Amino acid sequence: MEIILISLLNGFVYGMLLFMLASGLTLIFSMMGVLNFAHAGIYMIGAYVAFEISRLVGYFPALFIAPLVCAAIGAAIEVWGLRRTHHNGHIAELLFTFGLFFIIERGVQMIWGMLPVPYRVPAVLDFPLFTLYGINFPAYRGFMLLVAAGMLLGIWLMLTRTRIGLIIQASLTHPNMVSALGHNVPRVFTIVFAGGCGLAGLAGVIGGNYQVTEPSMAAALGPIVFVVVVFGGLGSLGGCFVASIIVGMVQTFAVVVDVSLSDMLGGIGTWIGTKNLLGEILSVPVARIGPLLPYLMMVLMLLFRPRGLLGTRDT
Amino acid sequence: MPWLVRRLATVVLSLGLIMGGTAAIAQETIKVAFIAPFSGAFAANGDAWLKMLTYAMNNVNARGGALGRKFELVTFDDKIQPAEALIALKAATDQNISIIMGGIGSNVAAAMVEGVSKYNQRNPRNRVVYLNVSALSNELTEEKCDFWHFRFSANVRMRVATMVKGLPADVKSVYLMNQDYLYGQGVAADTKRFLGEWRPDVKIVGEEFIPLGKIKDFSSYVPKIKASDAQALLTSNWGPDFNLLMKAGNEGGLDIKYYTFSAHLNGGPRAMGDGGGNRALAVLEGHDNMGEETGNQAADNWVKGWRATGAEFDFPWVNFQTTWDMLAAAVTKAGGTDALKVALALEGIEANDVYGKKNVMRKEDHQLLQPFYTAVFTKPVKYDSEKTGWGWKTQSGASLPDLTFPPNCNMKRPSGS
Amino acid sequence: MSGSSSSSALGRNWLWIVVLLIAIGLPWLFYDWEKARHSGFLLTMLSQMGMMIIFALSYNMLMGQAGLLSFGHAVFFGLGGYCTIHFLNAAEAGSLPLPLEIMPLLAAFSGLGFGIVFGYMAAKQRATAFAMITMGIGELIAVAAIMFHAFFGGEGGVSANRMIERSVLGVGYGAASEVYYLILTWTVIAALLMLFLTKTPLGAMANATRDNFERAQFMGYDPRRVRFLQFALSGFFAGLGGGLYAITYEIVTFDAVAGALSANAVLMTYIGGATIFYGPILGATLITLLQSGLSLLSNAWLIYVGVLFILMVTFAPAGLAGMIEAHGPIARAGRMGRLAVPYLRLLIPGGATLLGAVGLVEIASFVTIGAAQGKSLSVFGYKIGVDDTMPWVIAFALLGVGGAWLRIEIRHFARVWEDVTADIKQRSV
Repeated sequence: MEIILISLLNGFVYGMLLFMLASGLTLIFSMMGVLNFAHAGIYMIGAYVAFEISRLVGYFPALFIAPLVCAAIGAAIEVWGLRRTHHNGHIAELLFTFGLFFIIERGVQMIWGMLPVPYRVPAVLDFPLFTLYGINFPAYRGFMLLVAAGMLLGIWLMLTRTRIGLIIQASLTHPNMVSALGHNVPRVFTIVFAGGCGLAGLAGVIGGNYQVTEPSMAAALGPIVFVVVVFGGLGSLGGCFVASIIVGMVQTFAVVVDVSLSDMLGGIGTWIGTKNLLGEILSVPVARIGPLLPYLMMVLMLLFRPRGLLGTRDT
Repeated sequence: MPWLVRRLATVVLSLGLIMGGTAAIAQETIKVAFIAPFSGAFAANGDAWLKMLTYAMNNVNARGGALGRKFELVTFDDKIQPAEALIALKAATDQNISIIMGGIGSNVAAAMVEGVSKYNQRNPRNRVVYLNVSALSNELTEEKCDFWHFRFSANVRMRVATMVKGLPADVKSVYLMNQDYLYGQGVAADTKRFLGEWRPDVKIVGEEFIPLGKIKDFSSYVPKIKASDAQALLTSNWGPDFNLLMKAGNEGGLDIKYYTFSAHLNGGPRAMGDGGGNRALAVLEGHDNMGEETGNQAADNWVKGWRATGAEFDFPWVNFQTTWDMLAAAVTKAGGTDALKVALALEGIEANDVYGKKNVMRKEDHQLLQPFYTAVFTKPVKYDSEKTGWGWKTQSGASLPDLTFPPNCNMKRPSGS
Repeated sequence: MSGSSSSSALGRNWLWIVVLLIAIGLPWLFYDWEKARHSGFLLTMLSQMGMMIIFALSYNMLMGQAGLLSFGHAVFFGLGGYCTIHFLNAAEAGSLPLPLEIMPLLAAFSGLGFGIVFGYMAAKQRATAFAMITMGIGELIAVAAIMFHAFFGGEGGVSANRMIERSVLGVGYGAASEVYYLILTWTVIAALLMLFLTKTPLGAMANATRDNFERAQFMGYDPRRVRFLQFALSGFFAGLGGGLYAITYEIVTFDAVAGALSANAVLMTYIGGATIFYGPILGATLITLLQSGLSLLSNAWLIYVGVLFILMVTFAPAGLAGMIEAHGPIARAGRMGRLAVPYLRLLIPGGATLLGAVGLVEIASFVTIGAAQGKSLSVFGYKIGVDDTMPWVIAFALLGVGGAWLRIEIRHFARVWEDVTADIKQRSV
């Protein structure tokens, strides 16, 4: 019982982190049709920048400065890079962000080295918030939830209450119409791309000391974020939110489940045996195939409902 | 037309650069190839190993090298992929290098053992010998043993034996956590075997295999471990799997001791920080404070020399120094770098390690026999690790006879040996 | 695009025959006559090139010809490789008495099988969903390959011995040169087959579905069916490449199905040029050279690949082949000579810019990475201290001055190009 409660909490925290990352990607993807492969790279930059700033000035300034830096980088990428490839089609834009990812990853390795950097939780937040069945729930995770909730609220307010938000909302579902109505679509694109990157940067500030800040963090989280975006569906931030929580829960709960598929199917495993591939797949406990599950979910979703959970557009 | 010329030129130029570059190096040195990852996720290890191996090699060169010639390390990037390692092997043999060092990545090492064996069979006039300095899975000196492969590092069995031997008497319940691949599974199997043989009083209250490098948040395991009432967590996790595990354990307030195989490796102390203090133990061949503990001035000077290079991490793989010492002696005995002669000279060779303890390269399976230790992450110590303020202090040890298990190798010996 | 007159088609053919002759003869150029042996590295790199050429060409069947962006193409390559290793083991055990030369064909058919299975899932989707589902399948298989021991052999992979003592030509295939010529033969066969496919109705319909999905439907063809067939056939050829991989390295691990290899397919095809048939051949050759050769020379080779990729995507989306083909009209009008001087004028500023940029990257890389490795930068024997300001200044200067000069020269070049093209158009009217 305690395992379930604690896993629920942790799954929710991880899901919120995924949402912070995936929301920016969904916005960019839905509006511009660009699958930003470099998004996880921006997340990484956010974490490293936050590390440096927190060393120089402190953690809380980093919370504001790092996302701004990432937004600036995003704007630069959009104006000087993506805009030039825009006329070459979506594939060209996608490949551009692809190449960018390589450069970002290697660049980070060159500047900060290959080893993890000691980006730690600030001392003021490093205490147990409460204790559940003898296990501490760190205050920092509560803080993460707070920031993520604040971000969610901020996005919702901006989208529904400001003019630019309304334009963005419209562009999410009907990009061509918005352009036809005469709005400065390129400027909106830049704002959205920069905003998405800023969100990724914020996720990096928060997530960098939740996990370990090292050059491989982008490649580790990148594919999962894509799963979330696809699973939640295009054009829907709500779907993105739901998908983030689901994927977060699945990954967190998978490790506590010790049964295997064959146990669940009632002992077919003994009949098939474990020496062949099918038998091995069936007899492996779910905990060990945990990393497979999100991709399985994504493939199944694409097979049976390509527009995702709450998607409003066909991909 | 111009593109054709361009394409040709690129090919010729690249190859010319490669071959010309090597010709520029003086002919007097004895070249040793080091095939390791220098790009990709494991590049940190490649860089670190290179630095350590270079330091050890410089010590040997300072004593004159072998046959009046100095050694030289030539690096090749295998990008942690077996196919690339085999390509690198070809590049090394083209440059007439007959001594290959490697060992990062058990899958790459296994591929290299087989690749070297096949290569030597098919190219009897250009044979190479493969010196494995850090790939630990037992099978490389058992089912997959090969005449041309020499393992200069204690294997999984020896390390697990050291850990179980060093398990304090008051520890009665343990939780096993290992990565789900050959290495981790080997550790788990040997752990269960030795606990059963030597410590039947210890109960295994839980066992986990985690997928390699995929878990982002270990806090889900914390309630499981707590619920099992384990006193100690025995884990061979390395890299992010280790760092995140310690993080989650400390944040969750898990009051447990961690018996690890990799906490002392580069990046480990920094990741643990204060959280590992007096809590983490490592199974290791040596650590920077051991010289001072035993009053061994030579060992302490060796550590001083290493720290003077400005390295940001400890030098735990003291077997690297033993490797170079043994290699130098073997090359001297063989009178050259012919692979067969060097291999024969390496078989059964004895040398003292950095702490003056005898190490033996066993003839039957080409496994290095050596003493091994466990150490606790504590302070104050003379040399702290990675500027954390904490360092290693020996807690227990197993001697060479303790760790000499019967060989289990059926190697085919080449003709003339 | 390929609608050229018969005389220039012949012209293009003799060029490829020359290339083939070079491919056959190149190992002998680097033969060590003293020691009577080939350069193992060269042979392996050339073999790798052959496999990658097939891999990239098969990928272009999806990207360039059918307009499908797949992120999991390595799956077919790797699965073909795994199957071949098992075939080889079976052959050695005696239960599969087939000669080695046929093994790649078996691999191709296993690739076809997987292509049919996965294609059934994927081909129904539209563009981005297709890309995502291929990524999902790719990740699934990649993770499974590390996890499961049956068939995949876990993280150690599966190995075999290619000297199965069964050969149509009586060759042992112990030597790297014998393997290379086998790979060369299969590369030529595969390339010709794929070229042939582009000229069949299927190839034409694949282009049609790429260009206009609905219109193809109106014409009575089911575009999904066309895509499915194209996908399955690309799996056939990718599997063939995987079989050659298995024979060359005698070990297949999860790296052969990994996302990195799928990414390589995208890189090779795009840089080489996705719109022209032989583009992937150029791309595969270049990328293999960079990955195997450049990594020996530089720490930062990944950055160069990334920068090259971005430059291509931004300025030359038709790839290397596209740039070459753009010279087509000018060459045919016999006006190539007019471009000679502008090209030469690009040489020096281009070289300076390149030197400056490479210098900067290399110096920067040695600051952290080199220090970590304990190596230092040296050019032709001169040691360059990365902490001095001089090298930085020189590199920046080269980059700045060279870059500015290059911009001027590029503008001049563009003007000359436009002049020549306009001139030709005028003349032909």
